Amino acid sequence: MNNSLLIVLIASGVAYGTPLLFAALGELLAERSGVLNLGVEGMMLVGAVMGFWTVQRVHAGAAVTLILAVAVAAFAGAAVALIHAFLVITLRASQIVSGLAVTIFAGAAGLSSYLGNDLNLADVPANQTFHAFFPGTMQNWPIVGPIVFGQTPLVYASWLCVVAVAYYLARTRPGLNVRAVGEAPGAADAMGINVVAYRYLHTLAGGAFAGIGGATFTLAITPQWVSGITGGAGWIAIALVIFAFWRPELCLIGAYFFGALQALAPELQARNISLGPTELWTNSIPYAATVVVLVVVSSRSGRRRLGAPAALGVPYVREE
Amino acid sequence: MGETPAVELRGITKHFPGVLANDHVDFAAAAGEVHALLGENGAGKSTLSHILSGLYRPDEGEILLDGRVVDFQSPRDAIDAGICMVHQHFRLVERFTVAENLILGDRRGAGRNFRIDPQVVEAHVRDLGVRYRLPVDPRARVWQLSVGERQRVEILNALYQQARILILDEPTAVLTPDESEALFDTLRDMVAEGRTVVFISHKLNEVKAVSDRVTVLRSGRVVATVSTADASPQSLASLMIGRALETVERRRSDASAGDVVLEAADLWAEGDRGSTAVRGVDLAVRAGEILAVAGVAGNGQRELAEAIAGVRPRTRGTVRVQTRRLRPGDPRDAYRAGVGYVPEDRLGMGVAPNLSLTMNIDLKAYRHQALGPFLRLSKMRERAAAAIHRYDIKAPGPHAEADTLSGGNIQKLVLAREFGGRLKVLIAASPTRGLDVSAVDAVHRRILEAAEAGVAVLLISEDLDEILALADRIVVMYEGRISEVERRDDVDEISLKMAGGAPRS
Repeated sequence: MNNSLLIVLIASGVAYGTPLLFAALGELLAERSGVLNLGVEGMMLVGAVMGFWTVQRVHAGAAVTLILAVAVAAFAGAAVALIHAFLVITLRASQIVSGLAVTIFAGAAGLSSYLGNDLNLADVPANQTFHAFFPGTMQNWPIVGPIVFGQTPLVYASWLCVVAVAYYLARTRPGLNVRAVGEAPGAADAMGINVVAYRYLHTLAGGAFAGIGGATFTLAITPQWVSGITGGAGWIAIALVIFAFWRPELCLIGAYFFGALQALAPELQARNISLGPTELWTNSIPYAATVVVLVVVSSRSGRRRLGAPAALGVPYVREE
Repeated sequence: MGETPAVELRGITKHFPGVLANDHVDFAAAAGEVHALLGENGAGKSTLSHILSGLYRPDEGEILLDGRVVDFQSPRDAIDAGICMVHQHFRLVERFTVAENLILGDRRGAGRNFRIDPQVVEAHVRDLGVRYRLPVDPRARVWQLSVGERQRVEILNALYQQARILILDEPTAVLTPDESEALFDTLRDMVAEGRTVVFISHKLNEVKAVSDRVTVLRSGRVVATVSTADASPQSLASLMIGRALETVERRRSDASAGDVVLEAADLWAEGDRGSTAVRGVDLAVRAGEILAVAGVAGNGQRELAEAIAGVRPRTRGTVRVQTRRLRPGDPRDAYRAGVGYVPEDRLGMGVAPNLSLTMNIDLKAYRHQALGPFLRLSKMRERAAAAIHRYDIKAPGPHAEADTLSGGNIQKLVLAREFGGRLKVLIAASPTRGLDVSAVDAVHRRILEAAEAGVAVLLISEDLDEILALADRIVVMYEGRISEVERRDDVDEISLKMAGGAPRS
């Protein structure tokens, strides 16, 4: 039963969707504060390479090494996000241009590849990887075994993050402030909320989440370093935030849906089921959907209707 | 007043690049008074209020509260010291509920907790609403509220934050006459409790109606501080503009004799958010007649003007100029038929801000003068120079970019262009909004001249004084529909209809 196509797809959807989920949560935090971050792909790649570097260099216990690796990845992602934050918040550069520039700078042909080569990380097996957290007997339980208990600790951490982000935004004082900063920075400023600080913090938090998302590839899904390993996941994460109407709980569903699509082609192939060029369409659906969403969102009224923060992408200037 | 003023400004000076906005301003308001700050646009009222509310820092001078010097680094410091400002553009988060908006600024009560709990605030809001006659549903989202209700939320916010000094910046600009009266009642309640209200305005009548004392600003300096009871609107006006004011008064001609020039029948149009903004409007304006459309902003007036001018597609109905039927959504067709359009958003829609005066003035007429695709620049410059002279546009020259001009001069530029063609119909949407008294006067004179020359004028305005001064006939627009005002000078009837109180025909 646990080998049925549906169960396998859901289980791999959860596994493959986790980097998307981390990155999307990060993007959501940044966007809720009014900062559009198109540099997610670059931040994921830098997080991926630095996380992998940590497990290759640090020789401590498995748990300590891996936690350290995730922390380093988060830090690296946040460091790249700091560039974006400085450009768009302090210098008030165009958020679109800056985000693209950051992805080009840090991305597959840039900083992350340079680091991977320079630190000799390519084509070596990982010293430490994340494994399924629960014992094998629980993983064999019907249905919930592979889907719930067959996952790595990163997956469980991402669930905690979804709950935390959702609670933070909806129920806490700082969460209310962030939403105000993203909706009406002028009003927030008049109420004494530090718009610049909130935008910096949430852009950096977004970068940290993206870094962890990238490290999910190199520490769990395909535990090795290959240049451009994220394969456009950062872009899908940006679209995912829009699909999810800027709500964390919907990010989770969307991430697992896209994750399952990625697993579909190899899984069908393994079972000798042919649906034509499956790989072509399963791999292209996320990107096609992303294009559609970006077109919809580029119109102002479309954005409002979907629930985008009203000040998304708009630099804040106090003196009018 | 022998006692210490609740709030005092001493020698406040503030420079902006190229402008001295406040020049050693002294100002004092006592507890328990409504103190009006009167002045034309650009006189420095807003700068002064922004300094008082912590948004700007003065270059020189000091602020005293109850005799103690304070230093505001940010609006938050001012709020904590008990000074709250109600801005012309509300500082509310539209997607939040009323209660959430209040929590946002709250650092004393419920807003201090990490976990937010709107219910505690909701009860408090209801209490305040009853006590100060400011009824608002605390659970409503701000975008669902009318402009008047939003202003109530701002005032509630100030009360909720225990403001002792409330600054209101042109608060009646967005209100119906009845709503203004209600606001004045609330303000009187507030000062009766010993609070201070600073009331910023350039409207003489309401300053006279609501304030105890008036401080008049002109060109960044205090001209006088007088007790309202001792001042007449005329004396205040001459203090404000530095000379005696001659107001334009419409000679009431027998305009009904002209032929109908502009006719709209069963006109429907959509608003920006896809809702229907204009719902079956019928209008007819005769040659030489000024028909005014009164109403509170946001009731479809802008969409009506745009639909007639062809800037906005109409979904149903016809617009005719004389016998010619205008194509929907085709501004060039309207222009060819002789429609001139003075849009509400003069900088965004009225001019091309980065183009020179010359280009802007010929933005429509160039087609008749050009040599095929080539512009005849020397001719254009001559025409521009003539227009600058004739319309008294204050500009460095024909080469100056439009957005370097003041609002009044931009409006004169728009009028010069729209009057340039063979004008049969003039649509003027809020033509004097935000202009100072002298510019208003110039714009009014031009509109009257046009009417005297036989142009059919459709004047859309929220300013009842303007409408009463200029219009031959008045209609009121409410929620996309139009109702005729029977007696032209009956302010009560107009106000009632502006609030939607008229029976629908």
